Amino acid sequence: MEMNQYLEVFIEESKEHLQSCNEQLLELEKNPDDIKIVNEIFRSAHTLKGMSATMGYEDLANLTHQMENVLDAIRNQKIKVNAEILDVVFLAVDDLEAMVQSIAEGGDGKRDVSIAVEKLMLIEKGESPALSKARAETAAAIAEPQELVKSTYDDFEWTVIQQSKEQGFETYELSIALRADCLLKAARVYMVFEVLEKSGEVIKATPSVEQLEEEQFDQEFSVTIVTQETPEVIRQKLLKVSEVDRIDVREVSMGDYISRETVKDEGTLQPEVEEKADRASNMPKEENKAPAAKQASNKTIRVNIERLDILMNLFEELVIDRGRLEQISKELNNQELHETVEHMSRISGDLQNIILNMRMVPIETVFNRFPRMVRQLARDLNKKINLEIVGADTELDRTVIDEIGDPLVHLIRNALDHGVETPEVRKANGKSEEGNVILKAYHSGNHVFIEIEDDGAGINKDKVIKKALKNGIITEQTASALTDKQAYELIFASGFSTADKISDVSGRGVGLDVVKNTIESLGGSVSIDSKIGQGSIFSIQLPLTLSIISVMLVEIEKEKYAIPLSSIIETAIIRKEDVLSAHNQKVIDFRGKVVPLLSLKEIFEVPSDNHEDEFISVVIVRKGEKLAGLVVDSFIGQQEVVLKSLGNYLTSVFAISGATILGDGQVALIVDCNALIK
Amino acid sequence: MSETAAANLKLIVFQLKEKEYAIPVNQVRSIEKVEHITRVPRTVGFVKGVINLRGVVTPIISLRSRFNLEEAEYNEHSRVIIAVLNDMEVGLIVDSANDVIDVAPESIEPPPEVIGSEEADFIKGVTKIEKRLFILIDLEKVLNPEELAAQDGKGLAG
Repeated sequence: MEMNQYLEVFIEESKEHLQSCNEQLLELEKNPDDIKIVNEIFRSAHTLKGMSATMGYEDLANLTHQMENVLDAIRNQKIKVNAEILDVVFLAVDDLEAMVQSIAEGGDGKRDVSIAVEKLMLIEKGESPALSKARAETAAAIAEPQELVKSTYDDFEWTVIQQSKEQGFETYELSIALRADCLLKAARVYMVFEVLEKSGEVIKATPSVEQLEEEQFDQEFSVTIVTQETPEVIRQKLLKVSEVDRIDVREVSMGDYISRETVKDEGTLQPEVEEKADRASNMPKEENKAPAAKQASNKTIRVNIERLDILMNLFEELVIDRGRLEQISKELNNQELHETVEHMSRISGDLQNIILNMRMVPIETVFNRFPRMVRQLARDLNKKINLEIVGADTELDRTVIDEIGDPLVHLIRNALDHGVETPEVRKANGKSEEGNVILKAYHSGNHVFIEIEDDGAGINKDKVIKKALKNGIITEQTASALTDKQAYELIFASGFSTADKISDVSGRGVGLDVVKNTIESLGGSVSIDSKIGQGSIFSIQLPLTLSIISVMLVEIEKEKYAIPLSSIIETAIIRKEDVLSAHNQKVIDFRGKVVPLLSLKEIFEVPSDNHEDEFISVVIVRKGEKLAGLVVDSFIGQQEVVLKSLGNYLTSVFAISGATILGDGQVALIVDCNALIK
Repeated sequence: MSETAAANLKLIVFQLKEKEYAIPVNQVRSIEKVEHITRVPRTVGFVKGVINLRGVVTPIISLRSRFNLEEAEYNEHSRVIIAVLNDMEVGLIVDSANDVIDVAPESIEPPPEVIGSEEADFIKGVTKIEKRLFILIDLEKVLNPEELAAQDGKGLAG
């Protein structure tokens, strides 16, 4: 069968299931006795197993299967959850993630999973030193009787059988032999299954249903059915199917298997029975509400992101044409045209909102990998850390989401490593042993804020300054004039590390500067606030979207440039004689502040005829706290434009962050104010 | 497609000054008229700027300038050949582009030692059809992003 068309869905869903595994495992660690959580994990693992087996990824299926066994043992209380077991399960999930990743990257999804499988098997058999010997014996005894049954059942199937029994259903294994001269075996199989499904629930077929449908069997096959009807009735019904030669019915009893006395979670298996059989079921259903409620969600469809990108591109073309139409209608001054264009503008504005919203992804997709990471790091660092996530449903454009992950990882690592102290130190300082790290996201205006707050040691300003001096980042002179905030921001300078010791986690002096650069390249900014002994807050401000931005169009001679509104403080027209000179640098006094003037004409080497005006048009822009005045010839106005890249050929053009297409079809370059202000 | 056609090399022919040049048709996406070019500041001299090519911002280089020939005013014959190399799309300004020829690959000869001009570095070979001489240009060398970066850096320092 052609699997490629399903591959994408498979990868997406696998990732979702793995993520859910991760989340639930963390939950489980907090509430080791909560069987519901185990069930949730089991469900994810089970689906994953089914999917990967269908797709032919055997290693993936094997490992999930083994994991499932362990989970099953946990939920049947054969094994008690402890940190050691969870570590192994986490390890297995890591392996699974790696395999799914490899498949996503076009690999074959193969991986040596023997270590993880072995460990899981040990746990399953209860041979882990953490478990008592008595348990080991019972667990070991479990494995044997399975071989007595003709069809072998895995733990899951046994649970189903047992549950059915409790609800008054019997389980029979039917060996069905077709006549040797039977020609359409698959058709007969189909008819047999149809009869069986009217009588009960088929829970297993040997060979598998797929193989049976493809006629990959000789004359005989066996089917296990859960039913309330008597064996004889079923037998008679089946014999009515032509070309069926012989039917042996055998009751599958609990004697075949060690009975499990302590199954507490009745009914929770029901949804999985459906999954397993994947057929119309006439078994009575006992809904288990707790896990089901969590899965209930809005009606959604899965759309390939590429299609959304295409839609976005088409819409961008429309935005350009809209600009053009607006211009034409202004020139023609025709009332009817004017109204129509205005109406169209309004509608395309609504359309723009909808399309941008469609591309919005909750920041959850980035945040949800952090609990796992924090857990691991806390262990590595021997710290106790409680991570709190607030506002995970805050939505951001996918383009931003894709970029923001790495900087956040870095900042969280930093908070854990340098921020939160060890339990001993915390205790000595009268704090609770457990450190708190809060990851918070929220909307404000056209921006999204992400904050990473810790209640750790805070930033030692003097230490930072000393280090910066030592590393030659600042001079003695500037050091004395630094405000607290400016001092903290030194840790974003390249070649800076305040950690006394270099640790594996962070503190190599690379990274925070990369964080700052990445965020700024996204059109955002990052700031720090800190109180010694009480903790620090790293606050990131990001634009909601990167594809359509508001700009101020300016003209320099005959060239048009766009300056992002996000960098603009205000525009001003000043008299020529108000321009002052300081150290060969033209400056102006802007609301009591000395602001350097930069001539865009000079910077961009615009061909000019050197005429001089009495008034100068200035756009005041900022980068962080610093201001600069950009001298232009005239302001054209504010406009929403579509951000386009300059392509792969012209990379890293100085002070140009991209381009946009104006209403008249011409290209205008977008000024990168961050590059202009040092 | 017939076998001979498949074996033959299809070339787009364009003109710079008096000479005729050619690039393989599979490296050409389209041929456009010269429209408004937006200058991009602080780039190397032969990069003339960017154009709006049906919604895609496309860089434009002047082949005359690249080959160290004197610049000419654009007229109604001037064309922009949108060439594709790897995943880059770049427009080449040429004096005119009005022919497509088929040549047998074996008819392409290495460039003669003395070609008498600066563009020698960018030549892949020459081919002769009847009395016309076509110079095959090496797009990779013409575009050469490394040179672009190097010159870009120089421009910044100065």
